[in-house]
Amino acid sequence: MDTIINALPYLMEGLQVTLYIFAIAIVIGFLIGLVVALFRLAPLKILNWIAKIFVDAIRGTPFIVQLFFIYFGLNSLDFISLDNTTAGIVTVAINAGAYFSEIIRAGIQSIDKGQTEAARSLGLNSTQNMRYIILPQAFRRMLPTITNQAIISLKDTSLLSVIGVADLTQEGRIQASATFDAFNVYLILGVIYFVVIYLLSTLASFVERKFVLR
Amino acid sequence: MTMIRVENLKKSFGDLEVIKDMSTVVEEKEVICVIGPSGSGKSTFLRCLNRLEEITGGHVYIEGVDITNPKIDINKIRQDVGMVFQQFNLFPHKSVLENVILAPMKVKKSDRKASEKKAYELLDKVGLREKAKAYPGELSGGQKQRVAIARALAMDPKIMLFDEPTSALDPEMVGDVLDVMKQLAREGMTMVVVTHEMGFAAEMGDRVLFIDGGYIVEENVPKELFGNPQHERTKAFLSKVL
Repeated sequence: MDTIINALPYLMEGLQVTLYIFAIAIVIGFLIGLVVALFRLAPLKILNWIAKIFVDAIRGTPFIVQLFFIYFGLNSLDFISLDNTTAGIVTVAINAGAYFSEIIRAGIQSIDKGQTEAARSLGLNSTQNMRYIILPQAFRRMLPTITNQAIISLKDTSLLSVIGVADLTQEGRIQASATFDAFNVYLILGVIYFVVIYLLSTLASFVERKFVLR
Repeated sequence: MTMIRVENLKKSFGDLEVIKDMSTVVEEKEVICVIGPSGSGKSTFLRCLNRLEEITGGHVYIEGVDITNPKIDINKIRQDVGMVFQQFNLFPHKSVLENVILAPMKVKKSDRKASEKKAYELLDKVGLREKAKAYPGELSGGQKQRVAIARALAMDPKIMLFDEPTSALDPEMVGDVLDVMKQLAREGMTMVVVTHEMGFAAEMGDRVLFIDGGYIVEENVPKELFGNPQHERTKAFLSKVL
């Protein structure tokens, strides 16, 4: 019990780092996803291809390889210098972005064509149609899937410990070896992740109920 | 004044030629009813009039502007051409009131107060003021279609296009929607109505277009077209529906 009490402040510091990285990465990731989804659906073939190649590349490679490529690979170039936290945020954001883009694309495509026709017949241009008619409806439908991906991305941040980011998992590893109580430290580590993710999905289902599709 | 002029309109979907050659003219305040068998191209014809379908060949002039010209601002033209769909296509995430004020506010940049005032007047007109705060999912088909008409009218269109507006309705709802359309016609709205309601076409149409096989086969005042059809195909069609 003492080991847990002693380790807890460190774990809380790590949790802050995890949440900080997650919050930034998920917002950037969502924006990447939105842009890539719109590229994917754009009338210009070249944009479709760029989007498809990006998504295939991310989906077809392991997260840890992407992380190593960005942190070690890009950093080996003379003109790029990323610290490990930045590299971690970039990797999580890009990775989540690829998956988000597929979710958003499917969401947009699930909206009936008649919606666009009605909007365009009223004189809305294609941007206004996306913004006021299609995306608001699509997001409501996408919310459960988006939450799911956000949870996966949150768990992915634990892999950043491999490149030395002082996140929750890294703090756990340090405490486990410092206290010689791996059992209890990793148990509590798991409980912390579980609680955070539980709160996240509770928040999501609250938002879902609030914006239930009529 | 000529509101719509269609010259040698052609429309293909891939290899399928749906509209082969159609020409007609719609004058101000005219009510044109378009009838014909399913698959004849009548809905496609209507959808070419506001370029919801890209036009393959020929010309369509709306108030003198050639909308087949890619340089014109089609969104500007569409503000003057309201459209009502078979499947209503109300925005389900927005209340009835929001459905009606959306385009005036976002496209015409009218302020909310003026838009709402206008919206309530239009909802009065279609008999649905008390449903202003309701969502489309809470309305019957006939109510949805009347909201859709109000939504289109909110842009002050000079022309209204109706694409089989009563075909998706339960029979007892058809009358309410037709009544709203009749009132509009009496007020002098220029209307093109694709319909299976021969009664409406006979009563309200200034002219009836019979479309079949990608052509306007016959075009006449309803009395003549229904009473004394000239073409075999028109006769065959009318004998089945009347």
